[in-house]
Amino acid sequence: MSSFSITEEADKQCSIKIYDKLDKNSIKSIYPKIKKIKNKKFMLLKIDCFDMISLDYAGALLLADLSATFCENRASVVITGMSADFKSMMLFARKNLRQKSNIKEPKENIFVSPIIKTGKYFVDSFDSFLFFLSFLGETVLQFFRVLVHPWQFRYKATAAHIERSGAQALPIVALTSFLVGLVIAYQSAEQLAKFGANIFIVDMISISMFRELAPLIAAIVIAGRSASAYAAEIGTMKITEEIDAMRSMGFNPIVYLVLPRIFALVIAMPLIVFFADIVGVFGGMIVSKTSLGISYSEFIQRGRDVVALKHILIGLFKAPFFGLLIATIGCFRGFQVTGSTESIGKYTTISVVNAIFWVIACNALISVVLTEIGI
Amino acid sequence: MSETIIKVKDVVTQFGKKVVHDKISLEVKEGEIYGILGGSGSGKTTILREMIMLQKFKSGSIEILGKKIDKISHSEAVELKKNWSVLFQFGALYSSLNILENVSIPLIEYTDLPKELIEDIALSKLKMSGLKKEATYLFPSELSGGMKKRAALARALAMDPKILFLDEPTSGLDPVGAENFDRLIKELATLLKLTVVIVTHDLHTIEHVLDRFCIIFEKKILFEGTLKEAKEFKHYAIQEFLKLDRE
Repeated sequence: MSSFSITEEADKQCSIKIYDKLDKNSIKSIYPKIKKIKNKKFMLLKIDCFDMISLDYAGALLLADLSATFCENRASVVITGMSADFKSMMLFARKNLRQKSNIKEPKENIFVSPIIKTGKYFVDSFDSFLFFLSFLGETVLQFFRVLVHPWQFRYKATAAHIERSGAQALPIVALTSFLVGLVIAYQSAEQLAKFGANIFIVDMISISMFRELAPLIAAIVIAGRSASAYAAEIGTMKITEEIDAMRSMGFNPIVYLVLPRIFALVIAMPLIVFFADIVGVFGGMIVSKTSLGISYSEFIQRGRDVVALKHILIGLFKAPFFGLLIATIGCFRGFQVTGSTESIGKYTTISVVNAIFWVIACNALISVVLTEIGI
Repeated sequence: MSETIIKVKDVVTQFGKKVVHDKISLEVKEGEIYGILGGSGSGKTTILREMIMLQKFKSGSIEILGKKIDKISHSEAVELKKNWSVLFQFGALYSSLNILENVSIPLIEYTDLPKELIEDIALSKLKMSGLKKEATYLFPSELSGGMKKRAALARALAMDPKILFLDEPTSGLDPVGAENFDRLIKELATLLKLTVVIVTHDLHTIEHVLDRFCIIFEKKILFEGTLKEAKEFKHYAIQEFLKLDRE
């Protein structure tokens, strides 16, 4: 049985009869009909509620809206058979009616909005760049201040960060580096065997690992692990006003939060890279033994003869720069967080993407420079 | 008289070795505005969280609308939860949605009403909660604390709940704003025939809004009843708490 009936009579009259319930669950089917009536110019609307047994706020609002629309069009509305409770609910709904058309909705113009967005993107990027410069300036300034007043440096926090971002990252760095060493050795073993140049696998693995791969792999893992953590930690502290609290107490957030993190990664990165060197080459050694029959002692002997110390040193030399980049980007993006929790996610993501990109770019730059000057 | 709608019986709560509630019992009747009072750290928010099934308790039982909440199935729980809504202390508005969407979301998820009507309902609830229409399309991070609370109240009212749980509704509001909010809650409770459970320690709320309340003191319910009864109840903690001798 339909819970609703509409009769359109002559002389611009319309009567509605509601049966049973008018609530959230029953409105869907009758809504289109109600809308149709709303748009027609009737002079008189009769609503018969004798058989209505329940009415919720949605229903009351629907009736209130309908009668309000009719009243605006100078038509009259007669409601019969409504219990006092329902009537008071309807009056309450009518009192709280708010027309959507009266509110300005921020609309996007599909032609103009791409231009606005592009412009906004550039302005935001420029602002972000300026903010980075001021952040960097402040960090450098505080760094020199701490150099002059070394007792202000947060040694404990730095040690804690070395443990968290360095020592605790060793298992995952080891696994990644080991697997990369393994895979490289596998792929090249086959090629080298074709030339009967088995022993050259030692040169290949060692030099590529020490000089390029281990530092890069370690830096990428640390970027994913620590840049995100730094951005999220500092971002959350910004939202919970911890940073403001620090500033108001005269604690400089750069000294308390940024410098320990930067120092921690600058110190930890070379150690991590050295560790990755060993594990990566070990991965290569295993493959050399199993598929090319080069024993461990042979591998090490050959390595000692052909691999110059400079390759290891170059790899280790790059590491602190990577650490500096990762920590600075992570902290900087954390400070950019404002307002909502959503922005933490946004800047955490940006921090990782930025950190990995700059590590790779910086690595390429160093490679070019070193090759040009002939090292 | 009126029916009991929430029945908490002998609830024990323990965090590790720390006992927070030691056999707490209380009853909330249909249509009343009930307050849970207590000092900081007395576990008043905890008991509220247990009622709304956000936290488990160690022993005892909580019965809401005739259902034991510790012994119901997942689907029953989902159905039961539609009967109440919660206003969290800091609003807990969804930060990725604007205010109108925040209020609409329960209606979009749980009903099949047409979109236009959902927006009408949401706008009406916002007006009811006293939020200016200029705030309709703003995001939560752009609102002040008081406006956030009003928007959160509108969201709590969206589904026409039977029971409304309020966690310190007036905290963080200025005295005038707090009084207005109190008046609003009282008005809405009468008009919409709500049962309201309020966790508070705001004296204005206690005096002007609550029908009945309980006071949690030293892990137990020290008192349950009306303000008039509380004034006659001779216990230093109650007198201290209500600061009745301030006049």
